[in-house]
Amino acid sequence: MDINSASQLLELMKERDQTFPQVVAEYEAFRSNTSCEAVREQMRETLKVMRASVENGILDRGERTHIITGYGHIFNQAIEEDRVLGGSLLRNVVLYALAVGQHNAGLGRIVACPTAGACGVVPGAMLAVADELGSSEEELIEALLVMGGVGIVSAAQGPISGAEGGCQSECGVASSMAAGAIVYLMGGSGEQVFAAASLALQSHLGLVCDPLASLVEVPCVTRNATSATTAVAAANMAMAGIPAVIPYDECVAAMKQIGKSMPESLRETSKGGLASSPTGRRIYDELRRKHSQ
Amino acid sequence: MAQIGLFDIVGPIMVGPSSSHTAGAVRLGLAARKILGKDVEKAKITLHGSFAATYWGHRTNVALIAGLLGMAMDDERIPHAFEVAKEAGLEYAFEFEDLGDVHPNSARIEVEGSGDKLVMAGASIGGGRINIFDVSGYEVGVDGTYTTLLTRHRDEPGVIAEITKVLAIHGINIAFLNVSRKTRGSDALLLAETDDDIPQLAIQHVMRVPGVLTVRTLPRL
Repeated sequence: MDINSASQLLELMKERDQTFPQVVAEYEAFRSNTSCEAVREQMRETLKVMRASVENGILDRGERTHIITGYGHIFNQAIEEDRVLGGSLLRNVVLYALAVGQHNAGLGRIVACPTAGACGVVPGAMLAVADELGSSEEELIEALLVMGGVGIVSAAQGPISGAEGGCQSECGVASSMAAGAIVYLMGGSGEQVFAAASLALQSHLGLVCDPLASLVEVPCVTRNATSATTAVAAANMAMAGIPAVIPYDECVAAMKQIGKSMPESLRETSKGGLASSPTGRRIYDELRRKHSQ
Repeated sequence: MAQIGLFDIVGPIMVGPSSSHTAGAVRLGLAARKILGKDVEKAKITLHGSFAATYWGHRTNVALIAGLLGMAMDDERIPHAFEVAKEAGLEYAFEFEDLGDVHPNSARIEVEGSGDKLVMAGASIGGGRINIFDVSGYEVGVDGTYTTLLTRHRDEPGVIAEITKVLAIHGINIAFLNVSRKTRGSDALLLAETDDDIPQLAIQHVMRVPGVLTVRTLPRL
């Protein structure tokens, strides 16, 4: 049993008359020579770590980060004081994603999903939606399997690292994965999962990886929050019946092609883009001086 | 192409911020400790390339020490590794040097404990995965996916046959086998990656094989 593309995964669902999460659980059980039950249990543990990273990240005041200063905490304060727009969903998506991104930058325990740099996107979008819908733990485990399925077909066909494909391959793919999970929680079909994933990835194509001072802080942590928000928008559009037009497999192929034509200076080397802006360079020089003392 | 693991995409669970500069560094330190097979009392770590340039940003130095203390890449004590090292009496020093034509995220790790010494060098190659490319001056390629047996032995006929026979007697299947030497008739290194764990009894048997000088193992990381 193999999953190399979205079309293949959808075909497997039909052939086997199985749900999306069932197919993904069976794939992994077969691949790692274990049971579907064991795969689900490991996903339960993963979910716990995601939840804890949101909670811990909100408490993080930025003691261990170099540039950013407790973004989850700051945003939470603003929510409590009713200084932000939007309903609870939009607020929480941003809050959770910021919290996890902050926690990662501050040496906290997180689930890299698909990478550490993009680790706030899926928990931000998916857990905020789950809170809104009142989803059960079992439903969340299923949604995580769907999310993983979107990730597997992405990794099978394209780059999953900023060094290879820029941020489109990290926050972009994470946003697709999150969009798929949200559609599943909303009761959507496999086709709708990939439509949402396509819409989310389409909004990230061309996005470069240009972090300040080679850190996973600016613009990474706030971008995790906007990519999580995009995932919710993409899921809503797909569920409303707005077509992605370009199938997911072709979006991933486009991402790969764009990554190849992206100069090295914009692929995690901190040599171009924001990293080489006057302020980016000044911050880098200051940090380097501080740490060489 | 190898199939993509679900928990390689939804994971690994790790302490941030970087899978290559933090999580992989923890695993390199942990590998050094496990190959030494003892508590590390003294360590000298040489950082190369990107490790040397950006270690402070991603706490690569803290991560390496955490690994030497036996922490896994998701251990929440990682940020406090320097303090834990102090309490545990682990002395460490960092140096910066160009190690030559190796992966940019490379480190040479020299460790001592209970009178034993080990020098190894390895790279963090992305997503928390590592490649140990040098053990005691021998070129190797170990990623910690399998249980690994490393023997230093005299370069004589029959020694390797005897070692693999001992593994067979213990029901241990060899997945990959590699032998290397510096010059003919000198000391040689055998590296066997196995599907099964290597119990203490099997290690003792290998030690008794005539011509075998030292035996080390690296359990699956």
